[in-house]
Amino acid sequence: MSKAKMKTNGQAGNTTEKEPAQITITIDGREIRTEAGRNLVRVANENDIFIPSLCYFEHIEPPLGTCRVCTCKINGVAGPACTESVKEGMVVEASTEELADARNAIVEMMFSEGNHFCPGCQKSGDCDLQHMAYELGLRQTRFPHLFKDRLIDFNPQRMIMEHNRCIKCGRCVKEVFTDDGLAVFSFRYRGNETRVGIDYGQEAKLTDRQARDAMNLCPTGAIIVRGELHARPFGERRFDLQSVQKKKPVEDPRITLPAEKKTIATVSLAGCFGCHMSLLDIDLKLMDLVEIVELNKSPLNDIKEFTKQCDIGLIEGGCCNADNVEVLREFRRKCDVLVAFGECALWGGVPSMRNTIPLGECLEEAYLNCITSMPDECAVPYHDDLPKILDKVYACSEIVEIDYFIPGCPPDANHIWKSVLSLISGAQLPVLYSEFKYD
Amino acid sequence: MQLPESRSLRRKEEALNRKKVRRSGRQEAGLTVKRTELLDYLWQVQNEHGHIRSEDIAAVSRALNISTIEVEGVISFYHFFHRRPSGEFTIYLNNSPVSECKGFERVKEAFEMATGGNFNGVDPSGQWGLFETACIGLSDMEPSALINFFPFTNLNSLKVKDVIARLKQGALPGEICDPVPDHIRSVPGGEKTILLRDYDPGCALAVLRRRSPESVLEDIRRSGLRGMGGAYFPTGLKWAACRNDPKSPKYIFCNADEGEPGTFKDRVLMNSLPGLMLEGMAIAGYVVGSANGTIYLRGEYTWLKDKLQNTIDRFRKMNLLGTNICGIEGFNFDIRLQLGAGAYVCGEETAMLNSLEGKRGEPRNKRYFPTERGYLQKPTVINNVETFCAAARIIQLGVDQYLQTGRPASPGTKLLSVSGDCRLPGIYEIEWGTTVREILEKCEADRPYFVQVSGPSGECISMDEFDRAISMDDLVSGGSIMIFSRSRNILDILRNFNRFFKHESCGLCTPCRAGNFILEKKLNLFAAHLAHPSDVEDIRSWGKIMKLTCRCGLGKTAPNALLTAQEKFPEYFESIVAQNPDRLSKGFSLKDAVREYDRFSS
Ligand SMILES: Cc1cc2nc3c(=O)[nH]c(=O)nc-3n(C[C@H](O)[C@H](O)[C@H](O)COP(=O)(O)O)c2cc1C
Ligand code: SF4
Ligand code: SF4
Ligand code: FES
Repeated sequence: MSKAKMKTNGQAGNTTEKEPAQITITIDGREIRTEAGRNLVRVANENDIFIPSLCYFEHIEPPLGTCRVCTCKINGVAGPACTESVKEGMVVEASTEELADARNAIVEMMFSEGNHFCPGCQKSGDCDLQHMAYELGLRQTRFPHLFKDRLIDFNPQRMIMEHNRCIKCGRCVKEVFTDDGLAVFSFRYRGNETRVGIDYGQEAKLTDRQARDAMNLCPTGAIIVRGELHARPFGERRFDLQSVQKKKPVEDPRITLPAEKKTIATVSLAGCFGCHMSLLDIDLKLMDLVEIVELNKSPLNDIKEFTKQCDIGLIEGGCCNADNVEVLREFRRKCDVLVAFGECALWGGVPSMRNTIPLGECLEEAYLNCITSMPDECAVPYHDDLPKILDKVYACSEIVEIDYFIPGCPPDANHIWKSVLSLISGAQLPVLYSEFKYD
Repeated sequence: MQLPESRSLRRKEEALNRKKVRRSGRQEAGLTVKRTELLDYLWQVQNEHGHIRSEDIAAVSRALNISTIEVEGVISFYHFFHRRPSGEFTIYLNNSPVSECKGFERVKEAFEMATGGNFNGVDPSGQWGLFETACIGLSDMEPSALINFFPFTNLNSLKVKDVIARLKQGALPGEICDPVPDHIRSVPGGEKTILLRDYDPGCALAVLRRRSPESVLEDIRRSGLRGMGGAYFPTGLKWAACRNDPKSPKYIFCNADEGEPGTFKDRVLMNSLPGLMLEGMAIAGYVVGSANGTIYLRGEYTWLKDKLQNTIDRFRKMNLLGTNICGIEGFNFDIRLQLGAGAYVCGEETAMLNSLEGKRGEPRNKRYFPTERGYLQKPTVINNVETFCAAARIIQLGVDQYLQTGRPASPGTKLLSVSGDCRLPGIYEIEWGTTVREILEKCEADRPYFVQVSGPSGECISMDEFDRAISMDDLVSGGSIMIFSRSRNILDILRNFNRFFKHESCGLCTPCRAGNFILEKKLNLFAAHLAHPSDVEDIRSWGKIMKLTCRCGLGKTAPNALLTAQEKFPEYFESIVAQNPDRLSKGFSLKDAVREYDRFSS
């Protein structure tokens, strides 16, 4: 029944041991011939049926089965594919709408549960979680971000435990041991308080190589070995350019522009203007842009007030103060279609780093207790002319209805361009894997 | 509960323990513990010192040759283990919805006032540790609390003041705690009463003298007995699978974790018929060929421990446990007690196995049945207390009499724990097939409106469904009925359930760990009157995702109450969502969002 058994038989057995039996299984109605006892996720993926997986790591036996990202129906029962070894006659449903949606939801949950600020993460571009979301084409999470306050543990000698990024896959817990056979990691607490604990004493006993292996074993940027991860430019990281899925190339559709120019308004709320800068990165296509659209209220032309009803509104940034909320609502009223572009607009992004700490504490730390503030001479700024600060940074979609989302910090220029062009023309311009980014 | 016999003894013990708590630590030298005894060891130091100290962790990890973080991981899994002093008097107040209905808030305040401490911490003097905890199995006497694990029931603010005052004067919790009556309200009567009838020790085991294991198994199979712990797996099949497995030794476990809020039938069985349960376990041992029985007793029932242990000792003396039981050559079976330490999920059978092995109580992947690979990877039978009791009765009374009760599709009887808004909360032994209405009438329910069947993981029913029958083919009930009257707020009940699951999830799989947290955020929107009709829709689809993808029953059933409530009380949910939703305002209120900033206005 188990792969473990097969494996050990194989190792212990003599060389004349017979080949594993060839069997036939059915995935999504397709018959597949393979060797008995192999892992279902691998068999499916080799046959171009993509089943996402995260906690699954080839060499960990038995498989962990913790993340549930690989949920399929196996012989009619829903369960993780990664814990299954294939058997003769196995019938697997992998790609039904319900299952695909549930798997997407689980990856989305990981993003809303942790605090994943991709542009600031050493593992960005090499991270399995991010990669899986790219493969699934996740633009934004359907769930509210939870913004639970978590520690970053700098105590270990060589490692840094970034609890914000841990997805509790359990790989490190099951796999990282010292030469004496003692565990370096263990889960602690339970429920939504669950986190990975690191044993400082045992960590110190790991060799440099073992420490590095632990970092590479971690699917996300939760285990970082000091000085071992250096930023590499875009394009040189593991998951930058190529999808692991073989997809048929899609031809660019023919684009027919509407007779009348569409009007567009843009704004930067609680953002850094980086998304607008990225927009300018479309270079020569800027010329095309002014040909086919008319810009209304926007920082690009410095028109401060709406002069008419617009077709499309592009929103950068989330809402951190009352003014942002007003502007966003005005955009909702004045634009037929609202597009949130960039991570800040999508879920809060970098400004929402403050969301794990109550506003009062943030303000006190910044204005009252900081080292440069003089006792009795400082106050939290509060004036009728100042917009009121919200208790946390809100995603645009938490305040008004948003029609489309473009991820990225900032979004790739081509991604923005193609999305706008699609909206104007009604054609579906395919966004390339390499243009779809969170950092 | 009977105190008198052991009263003076316990008094001495408690006084001794208290002294030990105060005394600073001493290092045990040459500690020997097995991994499977880790929980016992942790209980021992916790009882001795009021918490588990770093030196204890160092000592035990050295003895087990595991890293300290692994021990920390185990400790932090169980909410009765503390890493900081938990007070000379540790008070656990139940926060189940029934308790909330009966005055939890006032009682909580009263405890804080009387002790000078705040909940979920220890007061400055270090004397009083105040903690909230999930249902402690006393739903028929809420609000209730455990003080140093002794039960205090039917609390109100006056009683709390009185209890604390007496403790301050030097009384011991064990002396002044409340007796726990069984509250057996109704049985089918005559020959139809199966479980709660008179009992003579050995009545079922004596039958085995004339019977082979095969024929006993055949009886269990023919009786159609199913597991009473909530999953209703046919007991005969389970025993047969374990019996047929070639591996040995084999193990029998009694699941006395009874963690489902609102359920207390196992408590009553263990209090009034502990021997029957032991006989059921021994019968299982006889059938599958096992000599090792263990009762996994939840920490909340520590006060039942002595009684169970005494019964076990008495059984040994009577040759109802031990070797060559009842003179049957080669029938050896003994029973040991294992105390849990506060974790609902440990009632899940594979989580329980991990807990028994001295690990974190995380459910296992469902690759094998426990009957194939259970405790220490050996064939294992795990059954609920009531299942063992019923099995013993089937053997004692004969299958045919058993089959006379209940319905053809679900023969036999079932214990129901009834609590909430009714005049007669307690235990009802019913024949399968009894309707909800009959039960509501018997317990004199007060304007029943929202009835939760089988605890938070079960389903709720509305008035339209009171004629449904409790049976395998209609409304299956794991053993509890919580009644809420018209005056109760449905959202409060659902938020309580959600908080329970969020806290009790083992934290291993994403959809349960994050899903319950996410649902909480959604429910908060409802509570703040900011929810939209789309939020009702979201909950429905997200709940379905949890049911589909979670690893164990906890996560799969966590959204049940919420989903069924939405289905059965649509008009209620309509009344609490925004009436004219528009694209401009989702679940957001500017007024609420700037409130915190406005604190700085002056
Ligand atoms: C989260 C969870 C909690 C459970 N708690 C209990 C419990 O407290 N007592 C119990 O007998 N069964 C409990 N069960 C059911 C057990 O997993 C198992 O099915 C049962 O002990 C088997 O015994 P039975 O066949 O006699 O019912 C629980 C299951 C789950 C998923
Ligand atoms: S630290 Fe990394 S490897 Fe360990 S559980 Fe978290 S995500 Fe998995
Ligand atoms: S469903 Fe919940 S309790 Fe069960 S294994 Fe998953 S996280 Fe743990
Ligand atoms: S990859 Fe299968 S459960 Fe995580």
